[in-house]
Amino acid sequence: MEAWIDIIILFFMAVTVFAIARLRNLLAVVMLGGIYSLLAASIFVVMDAVDVAFTEASVGAGISTILFIGTLALTTRIEKKPAHTPLLPLIVVCITGAVLIFGTLDAAVYGDPQSPAMQDVAPYYLENTKKHTGIPNVVTAVLASYRGYDTLGEVTVIFTAGIGVILLLGSWRRGISASTRRKEEEE
Amino acid sequence: MDSWEFILGYYNYWIAVFLAMAGMYIVIARGNLIKKLVGLNVFQSSVFILYISFGKVEGGTAPILTAGVDTYSNPLPHVLILTAIVVGVATTALGLALVVRIRDEYDTIEEDDIHSQDESM
Repeated sequence: MEAWIDIIILFFMAVTVFAIARLRNLLAVVMLGGIYSLLAASIFVVMDAVDVAFTEASVGAGISTILFIGTLALTTRIEKKPAHTPLLPLIVVCITGAVLIFGTLDAAVYGDPQSPAMQDVAPYYLENTKKHTGIPNVVTAVLASYRGYDTLGEVTVIFTAGIGVILLLGSWRRGISASTRRKEEEE
Repeated sequence: MDSWEFILGYYNYWIAVFLAMAGMYIVIARGNLIKKLVGLNVFQSSVFILYISFGKVEGGTAPILTAGVDTYSNPLPHVLILTAIVVGVATTALGLALVVRIRDEYDTIEEDDIHSQDESM
């Protein structure tokens, strides 16, 4: 049963991405992007990653979609017809995909308890988290306790991105934008 | 039956590869900058799915320690991807801000038009 849920949700995701690639109405593309994120969140629940699912549903499907819609409101809604034939990108993508699929054949089978990823570090955290930190949720414990400094670094990244956005869009910058310059030249 | 198990064992990885390649196709074949960013997000999510797939353990449950459960999925990919999702949104926001600025400056968000304006200058 779980395998079927997995298969169907992933199939939906593939269909959604196909539609995103074909559509030229950007609002529809952004909405499909939101659906794609929500499907990703569901597949994370199926794969036991509940914390990731929370974050993907709120941040990926929520905040990203709002950011995209805001950008659409400030720019344009319809994509121009592509001028080039998509032949060369298609070839590049097919070759890369074939190489990657060949690479997956060496990976451990999905759900394998003996996979290399489950050998050294993961069992250590699963055994000792309760003793060291007293937090039952291992993901939270690793994120905020064992690797707290890395999470601080993550906050730095977000802070830097925020500064970048303010510098790019702040009102002091928009005053001297090209459109106003053009108007001044016309006058 | 064997081939069914073989497909089931690699199905997640193959779909992740398909999604990544579809995202890459959107990024390199389409000229619209917003579409490119959506493609980039698709690519990014496909990598998340690949990582979480590696962490899944058959018959395991979410890595929240509970009495009476002894099989858990691998928590470490979850931690990595949790960080990646948040950083991904930060980069998306920065990219979208750049798109808005480009639109201010060039009055278009199509790559071809931007190139032709640059050349005519």
